[in-house]
Amino acid sequence: MYKTIESSGISKSFGPTKALDEISFSVNESEVFGFIGPDGAGKTTLFRIITTLLLPDKGEIKVLGLDCKADYKKLRKNIGYMPGRFSLYQDLTVEENLNFYATVFGTTIEENYDLISDIYSHIEPFKKRLAGKLSGGMKQKLALSCALIHKPELLVLDEPTTGVDAVSRSEFWDMLAKLRQHKITILVSTPYMDEAMRCDRVALIQGGKILAIDTPQKIREGFSKKLFSARASEKYKLIKALKQFHNTLTAYPFGDSVHVTFMNDTIDDSLYDHLKTSGINDAYITETEAGIEDRFLELMNKPE
Amino acid sequence: MKRFLGFVKKEFLHIFRDYRTLFILFGIPAAQILIFGYAVSTEIKNAGVAILDLSHDEITLKLTDKIISSGFFKRTENLLDYNDIDRVFRKGKTKAVIIFEKGFGKKLVSEGNAALSIIADGSEPNTATLVTNYTLAIVNDFSTELAGPGNPNSIRIKPEVTMFYNPNLKSHFMFVPGVITLILILICALMTSVTIAREKEFGTMEVLLVSPLRPIQIIIGKVMPYFFLSFINVLLILGLSWLVFGLPVKGSLVLLLGESMLYILMSLTLGIFISTVSDTMQQAIFISLIGLMLPTILLSGFIFPIENMPEIYDYISMILPPRYFISIIKNIMIKGTGIMFIWKETLILILMTLFFIGISVRKFKIRLE
Repeated sequence: MYKTIESSGISKSFGPTKALDEISFSVNESEVFGFIGPDGAGKTTLFRIITTLLLPDKGEIKVLGLDCKADYKKLRKNIGYMPGRFSLYQDLTVEENLNFYATVFGTTIEENYDLISDIYSHIEPFKKRLAGKLSGGMKQKLALSCALIHKPELLVLDEPTTGVDAVSRSEFWDMLAKLRQHKITILVSTPYMDEAMRCDRVALIQGGKILAIDTPQKIREGFSKKLFSARASEKYKLIKALKQFHNTLTAYPFGDSVHVTFMNDTIDDSLYDHLKTSGINDAYITETEAGIEDRFLELMNKPE
Repeated sequence: MKRFLGFVKKEFLHIFRDYRTLFILFGIPAAQILIFGYAVSTEIKNAGVAILDLSHDEITLKLTDKIISSGFFKRTENLLDYNDIDRVFRKGKTKAVIIFEKGFGKKLVSEGNAALSIIADGSEPNTATLVTNYTLAIVNDFSTELAGPGNPNSIRIKPEVTMFYNPNLKSHFMFVPGVITLILILICALMTSVTIAREKEFGTMEVLLVSPLRPIQIIIGKVMPYFFLSFINVLLILGLSWLVFGLPVKGSLVLLLGESMLYILMSLTLGIFISTVSDTMQQAIFISLIGLMLPTILLSGFIFPIENMPEIYDYISMILPPRYFISIIKNIMIKGTGIMFIWKETLILILMTLFFIGISVRKFKIRLE
């Protein structure tokens, strides 16, 4: 099967900091592949290597079957890249921005309009507005339109949803899903764990290392313990009490509840007794399904 | 080609959207010309002169009267001997001292010529020139009058002019070549380096790099709009100094414009070079202003003549492009000389341009590091 990206053992350091450490992964044609990890995990560095903007210190990487170093010119024609900061010209209008990127990539808006119509139609009413005056969500849509306008085979989106409201984020993922029908491979990074579920496959990345690569479902299933969700009116007190309990393995805040695992994977009366003596009377604990975040935290804290 | 034109169009949009840039481009040159021009006034009224009359005869008194009563001068002091000259200049009110030699009147009558000396305060070059020129005119007028209509050349007063403090007095039209030189290098280098640094700062450079645009296309695309605008600037400065101050271009206008284009191109490539070594707009501005403006003002011969500098500064100024352009433009505008006299400077500018283009294209990063 043809691989859009194939990389093995990529390392990159900036001075003493190791940004990427022996990264190996491959991305299949027309899949949505997500890199999930916190800030500083190395996502941006990796994306810059893929888009030929940086050279790795070590390791091999082939994108669209081309070598990132030797064939960078050919490669650049076929990549659509949306950097972390929306790379728009703030003093140009929406239309001028799009037109500029279209001409630079040797195409016109009309030629590939069908590709971007879904996205661009949201902002077209504002096409005479300066890009600097758009809201975060609209900027994001414009930046995506600009990255797509030349019909790239590979679309690289670096944290496209950071700094964008929840509704726009969800809309954005719907758009990406629709792009699949155009046979465009999409590589996307995000610090939001909940967005991982919208990818075909994800790689969990932390400290320059890949912790796991799989479908989101499989990654969740990889969670090794039984996971419980605990609720109480005083969340902070609850976490503290849970952490003090002798049988507790981990306890993390998760939304308005607390995710807990226990060494023996069961809850018994001694737990409720413990909570009561800690002053928590309204604790409500149920078993729950592990999410990407739970698995991520588990992998992150796994002793080497 | 279409790609490139799209890029140039974008650059023009940037410039016209930004009123501040436009103001810097056209407002500052106009303001500079007017300020420099009016600061250098070309009229004198009641300038202080001191008289050192070693002869004290009828003719010297008559000539002194004629000078003082002309309305241009005011007598500050009558000096007794040479030692007073320095003292009277230091007081500051006296702009020139007129000295009649011993036996001035007798010599003039018996031998037909006599020597008159004008010593001017060269620390104010402009006033000094004016004062001596006015005095000379009056003296000439006087000697023709004295000789009578029949033989105007029979009596000659030999005036001898000395400048105190600044012997190589420079023409007061110097400021126009100087301003053109300064403005062009500043605007061209500053603007191009800032516009490239801006792309880096806003992150748009990342996308430009990933695009199929070649480095040379990005560079030329950045330079082209400023080339046109700077050329318009040259016309503006020349037009303004001609309209307001009546400054003519003695030499060939075509040659002058051609040399200006070369200098603009050189400055633009210098700007690109600056941008390749700076990552932020602030850095680019800092390098352009400190690295270019001060040396241009101080060392290029704009204000201080290079001949009067210590040797070390002479050598430093040799690497400054403005030095050569000032020399070129002075030659064309003020002396009216042709390419034969300035080919060396022209060649140096061409070489500098090629050097900066070469180094910029080489140094222009096709990647982020």
